[in-house]
Parts: sequence; C-alpha cells; structure tokens
Amino acid sequence: MRKQSLRANLTGYAFISPFVIGFLVFTFIPILISLYLSFTNYNLFNNPQWIGTFNFKKMFTQDQKYWNSVRVTFIYVFAGVPLRLMFALFVAMLLNTKSRMVGFYRTVYYLPSIIGGSVAVSIMWRNIFNEQGIVNSLLIFLGIPPVAWYGDPNAALGTLIALSVWQFGSSMLIFLAGLKNISPEMYEAAGIDGATAPRKFFKITLPLLSPIILFNLIMQTISAFMTFVPAYIISKGEGTPMDGTLLYSLYLFRQAFMFNNMGYAAAMAWVMLIMVGIMTAILFKTSKLWVFYESKGGR
Amino acid sequence: MAAGKWKWPAYHVFVGAIAILMLYPIIWLFMSSFKESRTIFATASQLIPQSWDFGNYAAGWAGVGGQPFAQFIVNSLIIVVLATIGVVISSALVAFGFGRLDFRGRNLWFALMMVTLMLPHDVVLVPQYIIFSKLGWLNSMKPIVIPNYFGAPFFIFLMIQFIRSIPSELDEAATIDGCDKFRLFYRIILPLIKPALATAAIFSFYWRWEDLIGPVLYLNSPQKYTVSMGLKMFLDSESGSNWGAMFAMSIVSLIPVVVVFFMFQKQIVEGISSSGLKG
Repeated sequence: MRKQSLRANLTGYAFISPFVIGFLVFTFIPILISLYLSFTNYNLFNNPQWIGTFNFKKMFTQDQKYWNSVRVTFIYVFAGVPLRLMFALFVAMLLNTKSRMVGFYRTVYYLPSIIGGSVAVSIMWRNIFNEQGIVNSLLIFLGIPPVAWYGDPNAALGTLIALSVWQFGSSMLIFLAGLKNISPEMYEAAGIDGATAPRKFFKITLPLLSPIILFNLIMQTISAFMTFVPAYIISKGEGTPMDGTLLYSLYLFRQAFMFNNMGYAAAMAWVMLIMVGIMTAILFKTSKLWVFYESKGGR
Repeated sequence: MAAGKWKWPAYHVFVGAIAILMLYPIIWLFMSSFKESRTIFATASQLIPQSWDFGNYAAGWAGVGGQPFAQFIVNSLIIVVLATIGVVISSALVAFGFGRLDFRGRNLWFALMMVTLMLPHDVVLVPQYIIFSKLGWLNSMKPIVIPNYFGAPFFIFLMIQFIRSIPSELDEAATIDGCDKFRLFYRIILPLIKPALATAAIFSFYWRWEDLIGPVLYLNSPQKYTVSMGLKMFLDSESGSNWGAMFAMSIVSLIPVVVVFFMFQKQIVEGISSSGLKG
C-alpha cells in the first residue's frame, strides 16, 4: 500500500471518527465488560464479586431452564429459517414473471414483513391463535378439533415459527433480485436440450442463486437467534406456557432485568456469541461444497 | 412468456389466494378494531363486524395507565426524528471515509465494522445498560437516541455500496477545482447518494418506531413511554373489556408504517434487494 501523508490519515480518521468512537464506547468496551461480568456475581447494586467459572458451570450442569431455552431456540431457528427461506424462494419464483399484477403481489407479500417487528403484530398473532381465535374457528369449520395453542408449549412455539414464516418478504425480495440476474437464455438453452422444469431448477436456478441463499441463510440465522419481541409479547414476557416460548434472548433478558443476575446474563451472552460464531463458521465452511461462484469458474 | 402467464388464470388464482392468506391477519386486526370488545372472539371467524363500533378508537385514544395515547405518539416521534437525523448524518460521514479516502488502518476498521454488523446485540445489552445507568441516563431517551449519532454498520455498508458506484473521476475533477475533502463529501457525494440516505432514513424510522427493547429497558415513567410501550400497557392491563381499544391503537400504531411503505415503496424494495436490510 502506498504511503499516505499525515494529513490524509487525519482526514480519513476525522470522517470515520463517529464509528471509531461509537465502536469503542458502545461495542468494544461493553464486550470486555461483558466478558469480565460473566465471571462474576453482579446484581447492579453491590460490587461485582469474582466467582470464576461458576456461571458457566451452573448454566451447563444445573440450569434446566437454560437448556430448555437452548432447545426451544434451536427448534425455532432450525425449523423457522429453512421454512421461511423455502417459502421466500418459492414465492420469488412465482413472481419472477412480467405480468402487470406482479408489482401488486410483491407489495402484498412484503407488507407483513415491514410491520413485522412491531408490538401490534405480536398482539394480533397472539389473538389469532387464541382459544376462540380465527385459527381455531377455521379448524372447527374443517372438522378438526381446536388446539389450545397457548396451553401446549410445542404448539405455542409453533405459532412463533408460523409468525416468522409469514414474514418472509425481505428474503423474497432478495431472491427476486437474484432471479432477475439469471439470463433467460440459460433456461432456453436448457429447454432446447430437453431439460425438465425440476432439472432446470436444480441445475440452473439453485446453483446460480447459491451465493444469495448463503447470504440469506447467515443473516436470517443470526437474526432468528436473537428474536425477542414476539416471544416477549406473546408469552407476556415470561416464556409461557411451561417455558415453551422462552427463547434464548428472552431468558437472557429475564435473568438480567427481572432477576438482576447481570453476571449470569453476561455469561449467557458470551455463550450465545460463541454459538452464533460457530454456526456462521459452519455455514461458511460448508458453503464451499454448495455455493457456486461464477467468477471463480465454479468453485 | 409474459403474455402466456397473463392468459393463465390458474396462476392468478393461486398467487392471489396466497396474497389473501398473507393479508388476512392484518385485515382481521383492522376489522376487529371496529367490533364491540366482547364480541371480538365470539365472532372471530366473521370478518365484517355486525355493527360498526368506532368507540374503540375513542377509548384507545383516551389512553391507558393515565396517559393519553397521543402522548406515546409524540414521544415516539421525538425519538424517531432525533435518532434518524443522527444515524443518517453520522453513517454518511463514515461511509465517505471508508468509500473514498485512503488512510492507514482503513481495512482494519472496515473489517471491525463488518464484524459489528454480524454481532448479536444481546452481547452488549447488559454492559450497555450498566454504562448508561452509571451515566445517570436511565429513564430518559438518551440511551435510545445518542448511540445513533455514531453511525450504524448496516447503513454505513449500504452507503459505501452506493458511493463505490460513483466514478472516482468526479473526485479528481473536484479536487483539481480546489475542493477539500469535506466540500467534496458535502457538495458532490452527498447529493449523489440521496437514494441511500433515504433508504437509511426509512429503515431507521421503522426500527425506532417499532423498537421495544430500548423503551422497556430505559423508560420507566409512563409519561415517557413510546407507542410500543403504550400497546404493551394495554396488553398488561388486559381485562377482556379493552380488547377493542387495544386493537384500535394497534391499527393507529401501524398507520405511519404503512403510509411510509406506500410512499417509498420503490426505494424500500430496491434498498432490500441490493443490501439485504431488515431481518
């Protein structure tokens, strides 16, 4: 790299200084504090008390609720994210035509995502799956016995997953942008060679979309892992019924701000950071096997 | 291909059916806000209210916990406006630095920014709370607003992508004409990245308007609560009789979101497609 003058360096840092200061104050120092606190017992009122790895031992060996929250979160992530992406891709392919109605459909499909994170939607969702809600009315109409959605921990988690699938809009838009970049000639050529629709999908669409799938997969996994608002609202902040909706973020929040176990919550946050790091690394590593980059001649 | 699809009614029936399924919950919420509270669940399967009751809106607007709903809206608006101004200006400055200037350590800081982009927010939740409490910022909007003045990695990244698409000959020409870096940023680059600035502003609006965890953590007195907190208060004080009011105010809280969406639809869609913003 070419040498820069002092003046150029100063100018550069002047422009990025908001990020540098913000990073140090709101990210870097907090991460260090979090690491320190994870080895302490701290309730915000007394001084932190060093207890070594006790928090981690307690988390892994004694805290049933912790393991439950890990289980619930993994089910939420591993069921919700693939379902959401499959649905997003399916709809994106449906909308990848030049029909005049497509703009309208795209808007309609995207709307639930734009109002997604709000309390209003979570409240609505809770009521749709209420004992006497619309979903049960529909089940009765179809001759299926109604489900006590919020009496059964698995069913309650199912409603959270359904909410995340319903909000597939942003992934759909990203897929749509990717699909538009695939030249129609590819499909025409394959058609002349006698390729069937499924074959075109698996041999052309999926490989060419794979970098976008990877991107969506990573971003969606990270954000699904941190889901908080729907679980908080739907379970009234407690993860009910029987901790069925006690997602990791919600449990961390409860430990920190309901029980004042700041040290324990910090330890949980660190384990989460490591888990997310490992998951991202696995996705990146395995992506070499299935992500196709045109510019690198296939691999 | 287009003509073929157009003649294909089955396609529109199918795609239209999914569209109705997607919108049904929102329409249900809207319609329920006009039903008398005690009939909402008894008539959950009927979309159209038997008799239109606008009283829910009056009851909701009167507020909850002794606070009028308008108060929550004003509080939310103050937070959204202050935060959005801060995040757009600071992110643009940083993006210009990364996108256009050459300086020692740029790659390192850029990498740190990309890592921050993927960092789970929960990791800094507890220590940030402790820092803000030591600063005496609890029960004020400072912890929610001030961090926005230090740029947001999402928006910085989005703006860098835009800046990179502007030919660098422009910079050279401006420099020859005697423009310093700040004037170059302010006079040349900033007007050219208006679409990115608008996208960032729209998403900042959405995120701050819908934010719940910030207000839950940092606001304790009901007169400072935001719209999200107001809705949550309805939920907490739920007594069967105020369902209608809660639904009505849910609809009110979604109006700005939907209005902004339809006003800036094209911008939003392009912003998502090119950057993958918004989980």
